[in-house]
Amino acid sequence: MSRLSQRPDDAVVGRALRHESADLHVTGRALYTDDLHPRTKDVLHAWPVQAPHAHALVTDLRVAPALEVPGVVRVLTAQDVPGTNDGGIKGDEPLFPSEVCFHGQAVCWVLGETAEAARRGALAVEVDYDALPSTLTLAEAIAAESFQGAQPTVQRGDAPSALERAAHVFHGETEMAGQEHFYLETNAALARVEDDGRVFVESSTQHPTETQEIVAHVLGLQSHEVTVQCLRMGGGFGGKEMQPHAYAAVAALGARLTGRPVRLRLNRTHDLTMTGKRHGFHARWRVGFDDEGHLLALEATLTSDGGWSLDLSEPVLARALCHVDNAYWIPDVRLTGRVARTHKTSQTAFRGFGGPQGMLVIEDVLGRCAPLLGIEPHELRRRNFYVDGQTTPYGQVITQADRVRRAWDQVATDGDLDRRRAEVAEFNSTHEHARRAIAVTPVKFGISFNLTAFNQAGALVHVYKDGSVLVTHGGTEMGQGLHTKMLQVAATTLGVPLQLVRLAPTRTDKVPNTSATAASSGADLNGGAVKDACEQILDRLAQVAGERLQVPAAAVRVVDGVVVAEGTDETLSWAELVHTAYFARTQLFAAGYYRTEGLHWDSSVMQGSPFKYFAHGVAATEVEVDAFTGAHRTLRVDIVHDVGDSLSPLVDVGQIEGGFVQGAGWLTLEDLRWDTGDGAGRGRLATASASTYKLPSIADLPEVLNVTLLSRAHEEGAVYGSKAVGEPPLMLALSVREALRQACAAFGASGTSVDLPSPATPEAVFWALQEARTGARAQGHVDPGAGPTPALPDPDAPERRPESEVAVDDLAGA
Amino acid sequence: MTDTDQTAPALVDVTLRVNGVEHTRTVEPRRLLSDFLRHDLRLTGTHVGCEHGVCGACTVLVDGDPMRSCLMFAVSAQEHELTTVEGLGTQEAMGPVQQAFVECHGLQCGFCTPGFVTTISAFIEENPDPTLEEAREAISGNLCRCTGYQNICKAVVRAAEIRRERSTSSTEAGERA
Repeated sequence: MSRLSQRPDDAVVGRALRHESADLHVTGRALYTDDLHPRTKDVLHAWPVQAPHAHALVTDLRVAPALEVPGVVRVLTAQDVPGTNDGGIKGDEPLFPSEVCFHGQAVCWVLGETAEAARRGALAVEVDYDALPSTLTLAEAIAAESFQGAQPTVQRGDAPSALERAAHVFHGETEMAGQEHFYLETNAALARVEDDGRVFVESSTQHPTETQEIVAHVLGLQSHEVTVQCLRMGGGFGGKEMQPHAYAAVAALGARLTGRPVRLRLNRTHDLTMTGKRHGFHARWRVGFDDEGHLLALEATLTSDGGWSLDLSEPVLARALCHVDNAYWIPDVRLTGRVARTHKTSQTAFRGFGGPQGMLVIEDVLGRCAPLLGIEPHELRRRNFYVDGQTTPYGQVITQADRVRRAWDQVATDGDLDRRRAEVAEFNSTHEHARRAIAVTPVKFGISFNLTAFNQAGALVHVYKDGSVLVTHGGTEMGQGLHTKMLQVAATTLGVPLQLVRLAPTRTDKVPNTSATAASSGADLNGGAVKDACEQILDRLAQVAGERLQVPAAAVRVVDGVVVAEGTDETLSWAELVHTAYFARTQLFAAGYYRTEGLHWDSSVMQGSPFKYFAHGVAATEVEVDAFTGAHRTLRVDIVHDVGDSLSPLVDVGQIEGGFVQGAGWLTLEDLRWDTGDGAGRGRLATASASTYKLPSIADLPEVLNVTLLSRAHEEGAVYGSKAVGEPPLMLALSVREALRQACAAFGASGTSVDLPSPATPEAVFWALQEARTGARAQGHVDPGAGPTPALPDPDAPERRPESEVAVDDLAGA
Repeated sequence: MTDTDQTAPALVDVTLRVNGVEHTRTVEPRRLLSDFLRHDLRLTGTHVGCEHGVCGACTVLVDGDPMRSCLMFAVSAQEHELTTVEGLGTQEAMGPVQQAFVECHGLQCGFCTPGFVTTISAFIEENPDPTLEEAREAISGNLCRCTGYQNICKAVVRAAEIRRERSTSSTEAGERA
């Protein structure tokens, strides 16, 4: 067992602990970024001037009328930017644009003594636009060949030849909508200028280091002149990985120019209309099976709706392509990806980061082809599971295939699936206007950032003279319980009671060059770094304890705050040891560092072993569908999920439940709509509020939701044997979608294949079951035969060569 | 809802009684109660989520009844007794709902929590022994984006239990005295 994964007896990790800030949250004392401005003097408030066009040139901008409005202090425009007028990392996101690329884009920002004054000022700004034609939908973008960025292909074997040899060949299209994050706390920043011109920005950001870099480049400063702090977030879900940078930069710019603190908080309408969402995807595919239903070949081209700029669209696409296989062995594969450029918000990271979209494609293929093959969907899925030693299409070796099988079998047993399937059949034969179905789907989700360089983290641990411990690490807290886990890791490594350890807010002047708290990697990476820092301190303390107790340092252990050693009955308290160590001139603080070993990835050929391991899970979901309305209920869900040896079981189960419900929201309720007509409102987000965008409420919760953590799941080589948990459970919700498909099919004759839109809203389900019932065929259905070749990559598309890989290649070449 | 009126209206004095304390501030007449509480009184435990009465994060108690403070003007809350999450207990002496949320891990990011705490506090006053079904109904007007609600449901039932335990023990203490 590795030192990293080995867990001592009676460890603080593994205990079911409450959230570290629970006391503050329930009493209203926990501070979020926008709670700071009422406690700050002389704050100015920023308000955007939003463009009313999907695509237009800004021909004139007159700010003078705004300055006449009482309380307006300044209007920020492109001329004010001392550094680079860009809010992203790709250079394609002008902060103050001369060309409007989506409806609602901010063209300038007004600063006022109150938010109300700034709002009135924004109304007074006069902007002339020259409207241009716009591309809104994926279909429009594909037809117009409006793409951006690289068009990578994951390839193994010869899929076209394998399709020719396959006994059964089908082709079809799959389309899925995006998703709004709807973190309950909107994006917010508060910037102030220090005595020497340095900038301090409080930001609700998952990626403080990148926020710092963007603020610096907009202001023309170096990174050491900018500090970013994130106290906590009211939800992130990926939506605050890249989106907060521009807003932090605007606030910082305002602070530099006025000398006063500037608060920028997006109101809900701003946040919905200006920030990026989960990418919707289109896929064209063709698939081949043998007579037993084994997958032989898959060719697919996935096109994501990137919106107006790239931001994270390329890595999202890469992860999508790396998850089309899900848990299934597909010998010959060709998967191509493209990012469409549309005149919408710049779609971005969202829990799963393309993984859910990739997985949806293969589950859709299997769900639609199973009836045509005459095989039960759950049987078809199981038959195609990986076995150890096989490799993924991108070349990573499978080593834990048994975990999917064990979870699958446990769900079948715990969920009593055989008996309940019989009951479902009985129900369906006795109810004319309702159908039930049970679907089971697996999840295999790769853990680590696809880009190897991001898999590193830092931490700073202080032990003070009184024995108390302060931990700072590079990760941010957005509710996922990272800080709780990090306290547990520190207490476990040092061997001290949890009460001795505190966590400080995340800030860039404590731990530099951090990666985003994203890709579910927060606990793996930062846990490794916290553990390293604690071990350095402990090694030094062991020397001192060894001298005191007259034993070798290696014999010393700290257990629940008591220093013990083999070979002596004498003990020391932790506080005594620390006290002595200080006077013996021992360094009682340490910077920890961790990088994930064994990863490699080449983006240009989409091959390598990008993931440290896979997280697994299986869900069985039973639904009931009403024939008259398409309304559906989720009756019961059984989940078995692999979190390794859990660091914090309450936190992990909470992540699984929350992830599942959020995934079910994406697949069945949440319906983003844009005005795609030709009128004046073209490009406007039509679902720009909580009253038009349906979020899961308690009424949508499954009536029974059983979550079990997979046993015997120790993860060698990860912190205390644990696994990441943030994203993988979201994809368990694919079982809801597949159950709905099967329930719709049950209205039709045996062997009916159902094409179910995503989201499967009641309306969509109604039309799907109506089609199944009438036996009608519609365009877009899965069809026998190979059909058209899914689009090949454009040879003129730019090669994807991320700077992280270029730097490492240069090193290797040198 | 485009408002082209660029002139700020005259300010008014608003006096509110919040968590038992009276406060007077001079504000615009259309100052929302949520903004008044957060910005003028620095009671930032009341959170603003959707800003139009759907999510329930800004729920406060007005004469004991849950109200969406983003849908109410501060001026119309005068003459009423207001309670925010800060008035329902402290870290040292938590109210039953607060304690139940901590025990049941009924929160993740915590942003929706104050609205749930106020809503449920009013609910268990009216329904001291709810079934799970009634508990679900009671919180059906509040949104949580993180938890999947399972633990929030448990917290409702647990909060009622804590409240009953406390009233029993205080009754017993009273009888002994």
